[in-house]
Amino acid sequence: MPKRIRILIAKPGLDGHDRGAKYVARALKDAGYEVIYTGIRQSPQAIAKTAVQEDVDFVGLSLLSGAHNELFPEVVRLIRENGGENIIVFGGGVIPDEDIPFLKEQGVEVVFTPGAPMQDIIAFIEANKERTAH
Amino acid sequence: MTRKLIEQKKKEWENSALKKVLDKNPERKECFTTNSWLEAERVALPPEMDERQWLEKIGFPGEYPYTRGVQPTMYRGRFWTMRQYAGFGTAEESNRRYKYLLEQGQTGLSVAFDLPTQIGYDSDDEHSVGEVGKVGVAIDSLRDMEILFDGIPLDKVSTSMTINAPAAVLLAFYIALAEKQGVAKEKLRGTIQNDILKEYIARGTYIFPPQPSLRLITNIFEYCADEMPNWNTISISGYHIREAGSTAVQEVAFTLADGMTYVQAALDTGLDVDRFAGRLSFFFNAHNDLLEEVAKFRAARRIWAKIMKEKFRAKNPRSMMLRFHTQTGGSTLTAQQPDNNIVRVTIQALAAVLGGTQSLHTNSKDEALGLPTEDAVRIALRTQQIVAHESGVTNSVDPLAGSYFMESLTDKIEEKVWKYLDKIEQLGGMVPAIEKGYVQKELQDAAYRYQREIESGERVLVGVNQYTIKEEGQKDILRVDPSIQQKQMENLKQLRKERDNNAVNSALQALRNGARKESVNLMPFIVQAARAYATLGEICGILREEFGEYQEAVVL
Repeated sequence: MPKRIRILIAKPGLDGHDRGAKYVARALKDAGYEVIYTGIRQSPQAIAKTAVQEDVDFVGLSLLSGAHNELFPEVVRLIRENGGENIIVFGGGVIPDEDIPFLKEQGVEVVFTPGAPMQDIIAFIEANKERTAH
Repeated sequence: MTRKLIEQKKKEWENSALKKVLDKNPERKECFTTNSWLEAERVALPPEMDERQWLEKIGFPGEYPYTRGVQPTMYRGRFWTMRQYAGFGTAEESNRRYKYLLEQGQTGLSVAFDLPTQIGYDSDDEHSVGEVGKVGVAIDSLRDMEILFDGIPLDKVSTSMTINAPAAVLLAFYIALAEKQGVAKEKLRGTIQNDILKEYIARGTYIFPPQPSLRLITNIFEYCADEMPNWNTISISGYHIREAGSTAVQEVAFTLADGMTYVQAALDTGLDVDRFAGRLSFFFNAHNDLLEEVAKFRAARRIWAKIMKEKFRAKNPRSMMLRFHTQTGGSTLTAQQPDNNIVRVTIQALAAVLGGTQSLHTNSKDEALGLPTEDAVRIALRTQQIVAHESGVTNSVDPLAGSYFMESLTDKIEEKVWKYLDKIEQLGGMVPAIEKGYVQKELQDAAYRYQREIESGERVLVGVNQYTIKEEGQKDILRVDPSIQQKQMENLKQLRKERDNNAVNSALQALRNGARKESVNLMPFIVQAARAYATLGEICGILREEFGEYQEAVVL
């Protein structure tokens, strides 16, 4: 039996806007994935540690405070450093279009901005789940 | 009015005229509801009430239970305070934005602080990386406050500060600044948000656990009752609860339950209710369902008046008045076709004014994309000015009163709020209800349902799931200079070198000793530390060590 896909939804930094993160976490759960949600105000270190320890396939980072350029790349770096080579990182939140190329360069595979439908997020996970091979 | 004849006639109408139309053209939906899923009747009837009941429930503005407003003349006397929440980057930049807004006719200031400031970290703290100056201005000490209000005399403006866990510290900075400007404390006008319970529920900038947090809040109530009679000591906020996805009913219910907790905490320390209750203020959201929102504000006033009079035995009418600030609904703004947001904000501003708000912030059209530009902020302010001067809704007090639908919706909201208040009381009050995750769960279920309806297309969001166009790239986004953190760090280094560190250390030690004795009011100690240029992070650091930190109850 194939392993169920595990997804960590995480809130790095000091931002408390968690409506989107919680919605995505719950909707992914309803779509049949195993989902872990960190709660707000997590350090990049704590997120990376959880991602590796929990052996997740995907990490979804949510941030609305504008600190994404600093915090998203740091989470990716720490995940890799801790042995999570195959974990796919994606992001969401209030993120200007012009920041997205930089984030992609830094290892954030895709960024979902306000109004993105849930089916896009699920389609992304389905299209990439094979790559997180164990 | 008895309705026998009306009800009989309504039946006849339903069986004849209405039936004929429905047979041919069914309505758009099986069931019509408000934005928050309250049933909307097709045609409302006159309420069943006699004159005495009318006087008790609706009555006159400026009189108990204040359904129609807290002042007898409302906007015929003076308009609401137009107060745009602003702040970003450094104190210098924010100071420029404040002066611009005052020049444009804004009548009060509202300070947005960055997240490190809101959570009691200095700009050079490891937790602050990436967040300095982003969602508001970075304030580390009295020195930053001096720059923030440079050229703005504190006896001439009223200032609202969105600050919660470290509210006592920012208030102390403000007091110390007033001393330097030569303005007496008694003359200071403004508000601190100072509402920790909704931080646990919805907003997230908590520091300490509930009990010491409630102590700090009641310390402020007591201090201001003696020293700052024109200061609003708290702004009990439903705004963020609604933004997190609650219904209108939940917004009112949870906010008033929070308010009751603060009142009880103050009474428990021996304060007399009428000594502090008149300085409590509230903060609500205004969403797009115009009639539901107006009914919400009216119901909230009526319920709070009853709570204060009957439960807490207030005698002074001012203690019973729910005075509130409104902000239009940030979560209703769309990143798609952002110009449409001007229209949404107009509807929401109308709701706030028809609902009798005391002050108003209108959001800028570009806030789903980032911080607002100066042009966008000006349009938002102009929206308020147009409502005030051109719409005509300010000519009569509570002009929607007596609308059958408005009164029935007001009653319906009131009834459902009381049910929540009873439930929260059964759970032992708001603190246990939050610790058990009950409040968060209720709110999240509503948020989830709402978003599901958008996803399914059942709920139409113009420009998002219908009437979409191919969007052009975003332009004119305000960006915060990333070198700000570096600048703040250098300033802090300089400050720590220049100030009298003995004075700082002894003020901090006195604060620590005070924190250890439950009965001590900490405000004078915090003011003393502020005067000595102790930093926000140093003051909060002492309190963190003494009080511990809150751990979120993660509810999904």
